[in-house]
Amino acid sequence: MKEKKLKYTLISTASVFCFLLIWYLIADVFKVFPSSTFPSPFKVATAFVRKLTVTTPDGGTLGKHLIASLKVVLLGYLLGIVIGVPLGILMGWYRRVDLIVKPLFDLIRPIPPVGWIPLMILWLGIGIQAKATVIFVSAVTPAIINAYTGIKQTNPVHIWVARTFGASNFETLLKVGIPSALPMIFAGLKVSLGASWMALVAAEMLASTEGLGYMIQMNRMVGKADNIMVGMITIGLVGALLTYILETLEKKLVKGGRNK
Amino acid sequence: MSKVEVNHLTKSFGSLKVLDDISFQVNDGDFLCIVGPTGCGKTTFLNSLVKLYDIDDGEILINGEEVDLNKHSIAYIMQEYSTMSWLTVKENIQFGMKVRKFSKEKLNRKTEEVLKMVGLEKFADYYPEQLSASMLQRVSIARAFAVEPDLLLMDEPYGQLDLELRFRLEDELIRIWQETKTTIVFITHNIEEAVYMSQRIMVLTNKPTKVKEDFVNPLPLPRNVTEEKFIEMRNKVTNLIKWW
Repeated sequence: MKEKKLKYTLISTASVFCFLLIWYLIADVFKVFPSSTFPSPFKVATAFVRKLTVTTPDGGTLGKHLIASLKVVLLGYLLGIVIGVPLGILMGWYRRVDLIVKPLFDLIRPIPPVGWIPLMILWLGIGIQAKATVIFVSAVTPAIINAYTGIKQTNPVHIWVARTFGASNFETLLKVGIPSALPMIFAGLKVSLGASWMALVAAEMLASTEGLGYMIQMNRMVGKADNIMVGMITIGLVGALLTYILETLEKKLVKGGRNK
Repeated sequence: MSKVEVNHLTKSFGSLKVLDDISFQVNDGDFLCIVGPTGCGKTTFLNSLVKLYDIDDGEILINGEEVDLNKHSIAYIMQEYSTMSWLTVKENIQFGMKVRKFSKEKLNRKTEEVLKMVGLEKFADYYPEQLSASMLQRVSIARAFAVEPDLLLMDEPYGQLDLELRFRLEDELIRIWQETKTTIVFITHNIEEAVYMSQRIMVLTNKPTKVKEDFVNPLPLPRNVTEEKFIEMRNKVTNLIKWW
């Protein structure tokens, strides 16, 4: 088992190194593109370190932009899942809730989160509220859909078992519906997280004065590709870290080999 | 008063009539085996009894009252695998007891008892995905016995078990029935099983299902499958089921 784990770690590490090597060869050895638009990994690494302290040309250090983005993304995301997951569960379990909410949800669902940005700017300005609302819209949709689907997929035999023992409908939901839907709910949480970052960058590019999306946009205007890549890589790293935290939580909560 | 009273029970799925005006009674402490051709509606009957299906006509009474799953202590062992994948063997067994709010002391005692009964003591902390088909069914059986039901409904529970275990659990069921006098309704398509265990046998017809014959099994317990009288009884039931 340990050997297998080591093997997988080695494969994953090797794939990252291969990617970096190919990048290095294209940028520094064969110089396929000009270094101003396609910087090498070393140049990006240097820019990364520099951006930790330097505020030009976007008015903030990497840390400042990261914190600004994290605040917005976590606020919107947490609101989205706190409302989305229970709503999806209730829609999946109670037919009346489904009948009331689903038509409205089906109408709102196809609107891309970015489509909400102009209206949010009009209503809430370019502050944290507007961006958090856009992220909320992105996060809430997958959270609802997955919780709803997970509940709908509850094995009727399990529901029957609970009912024949005399469990109430609510007790059956708590003891059967939700535990059985947990893998789907967690899948939704991960999709929501990805969608939140996408919406954040889009929102910050259109209307913001700080944040990683704003930093990328500002550096595009002055042609600093290395800083753009620093912003992108930071989003990737933070996204991966948050996904890792979610997966760790999933492993703790989803029992019975269903989290493989 | 009869434990279970079924009056003019009728149930259809669309245009297909499955149960047609069935009436019979199960007395307190009866061990009734229901046999009939495959697909004749035996499971539909049990599902109707525990209100998993709405019936079209007739009534089902327990102790003279309409079925109330909170009031009447019923346990139902289904044909399908019904263990919950997110619970360990022990937690699966405790599921019904927790719903019925058993005290912690009783819950632990009964868990140990039924785990031993089905021979799964060493697998208490295993998850269903780690168990074989027969072990999964044993978990369902243990879960049902754990709640000490007044009425035990069993829908071909031993169909997927190996022979040795099936014989052991058949004897175990007879022992429990003799000790507790729990009313048991046991559905099976295995005629030998029905003759071996039951105190009463009810034979159903093909769809639309009616009661063809309902009679007391006079053979004394314990029974021997090789005895002449046992074979005679088995042949009698076989002849009743034959529709060919």
